[in-house]
Amino acid sequence: MATGNDGRSTDQITVNKRLKYEARLRQRSMVVAGVSTAIVVLSIVLLVPLAPGWEGVKTSFFNGEVFAKTLPKLLKAFLWDVAIFAWSVPLIFALGLAIALARAVRSPALFPLRIFGAAYVDIFRGVPVVLVIYLVGFGVPGLGLPRPWNSPYIWGTVALVLTYSAYIAEVLRGGIESIHASQRAAAICLGLSERDTMRYVILPQAIRRVIPANMNMLVALQKDVALLSFIGPVEILRQAGIFKSLLANFTPYVAAALIFLCVTVPATRYADYLMNRDRNARS
Amino acid sequence: MPEAKLSLCGVKKSFGKQAILRGIDLDVAEGEMICLIGASGSGKSTLLRCINQLEPVDDGNVWLDELDISAPGLDLGPIRRRIGIVFQSFNLFPHMTAMDNVLLAPRRVLNEEVQGLRLRAEEEFARFGLAQHKDKYPDQLSGGQQQRVAVIRALVMRPEIMLFDEITSALDPELVGEVLDVLRELRAEGMTMLLATHEMGFAREVADRVCFIDGGMIVEQGPPEELFNKPKVARTQEPCTYSLKELNCFMVISKGASSKLNFSALLTLDLST
Repeated sequence: MATGNDGRSTDQITVNKRLKYEARLRQRSMVVAGVSTAIVVLSIVLLVPLAPGWEGVKTSFFNGEVFAKTLPKLLKAFLWDVAIFAWSVPLIFALGLAIALARAVRSPALFPLRIFGAAYVDIFRGVPVVLVIYLVGFGVPGLGLPRPWNSPYIWGTVALVLTYSAYIAEVLRGGIESIHASQRAAAICLGLSERDTMRYVILPQAIRRVIPANMNMLVALQKDVALLSFIGPVEILRQAGIFKSLLANFTPYVAAALIFLCVTVPATRYADYLMNRDRNARS
Repeated sequence: MPEAKLSLCGVKKSFGKQAILRGIDLDVAEGEMICLIGASGSGKSTLLRCINQLEPVDDGNVWLDELDISAPGLDLGPIRRRIGIVFQSFNLFPHMTAMDNVLLAPRRVLNEEVQGLRLRAEEEFARFGLAQHKDKYPDQLSGGQQQRVAVIRALVMRPEIMLFDEITSALDPELVGEVLDVLRELRAEGMTMLLATHEMGFAREVADRVCFIDGGMIVEQGPPEELFNKPKVARTQEPCTYSLKELNCFMVISKGASSKLNFSALLTLDLST
């Protein structure tokens, strides 16, 4: 501490002390993080190769040759995932919005619509995606529809749309309900109809509010498109499976996983960014 | 059938078991300005919301000209556009500019040309000193400016009656004046107005009639001078803790002294502070 009458130097010393203290804290946490990470990585690198089957796993999962040979075709197959994703999204949002609006109607005369909306959401949110894909993807073509109406691409898309629109409907309904009742009151008092109030006042605000949550749903959808491989479409997972059987090697699966990560990680980061921005804007 | 512009007959309203309005009778003549005063929770806001049917009444009738607008099953859109309302918390639409806030309802509801509407809205913006703010979003405006936009939004529908629900209560004290000026201007134009307010000085200055509401009833009404200077009803004469709070004089008066003061004395205090 400074010896009394010079106030500024006392301040200076306190600031320096705090800076030093914080630097020490930072340093210590860096050391802790670094050491613990090193221990984990080292033990994996050192211990895993000691396992009796490591040589086999290395050649069948991390085979560079197979990786290089299969990657171009896998990327091409991934275009199917992108395409299915791309045409599903507008359908999902259209249906999701319709269901959300059905659940938001207030008129007693339209009560059945609300029941329908609630039942729809309960059913398709409650059943695993894979099951819906199996039931729709195998069941509907089983009706003996003529080509092209028996295509697994169509019915796989339908299954995804059914499931994901239920999720999106819930997200949108949450957004609609988060808009304060006074907004509706203000619109109604100006003589606007219920319909115009929803369309011009409530929905624009609600949709803006749930964009980040919807981004997360889209990331999940991008991965779930791969589930369609179970009913036929030769998209990336199916293609990797074909290579696996052909080459008796699992490396194509690892390659497929990497391709997915290249898309989903940036998308997730972007969703996080949107969500943070939204939170900061509201606080 | 009543001859007034707006007429309430025995209006009752409860929320659950709690009776908010317990039989309100009130006639409002064309061009009259009525101030509703009373404690928070006395039913002023509910009364206004029952007038434009934002809350359906449990019992009694609300007449607008010759029409019972409290009758169930009416299409309320055309009725509500004849009654403008401005709220305490502005309730502007945050995703629209001030101008779009003002134009949304007339565009959807009134049978008027967009060009003419826009001109009329611009005139109103200019009249209330907001010409340079018309393309800003509500968040970019001060509370006083937002509240004036809310008034314009109601006015552009050409309402026959305007309701104001404590429109200065959410404002910083230095912004209250600009909003009260708007009311003075409307008063000068002869707009029929009902105003729930805590601004006693303002009520005294502009009101044709002041209604003192307590416990869901109009316990006393009359011209402001009469009501404030010579209150008749016991409740009005006896100040209770509420009026001390409402009038922000509790700092000035010690608890012992307050029991001896009457309502008009408090009002005088309010004016002087």
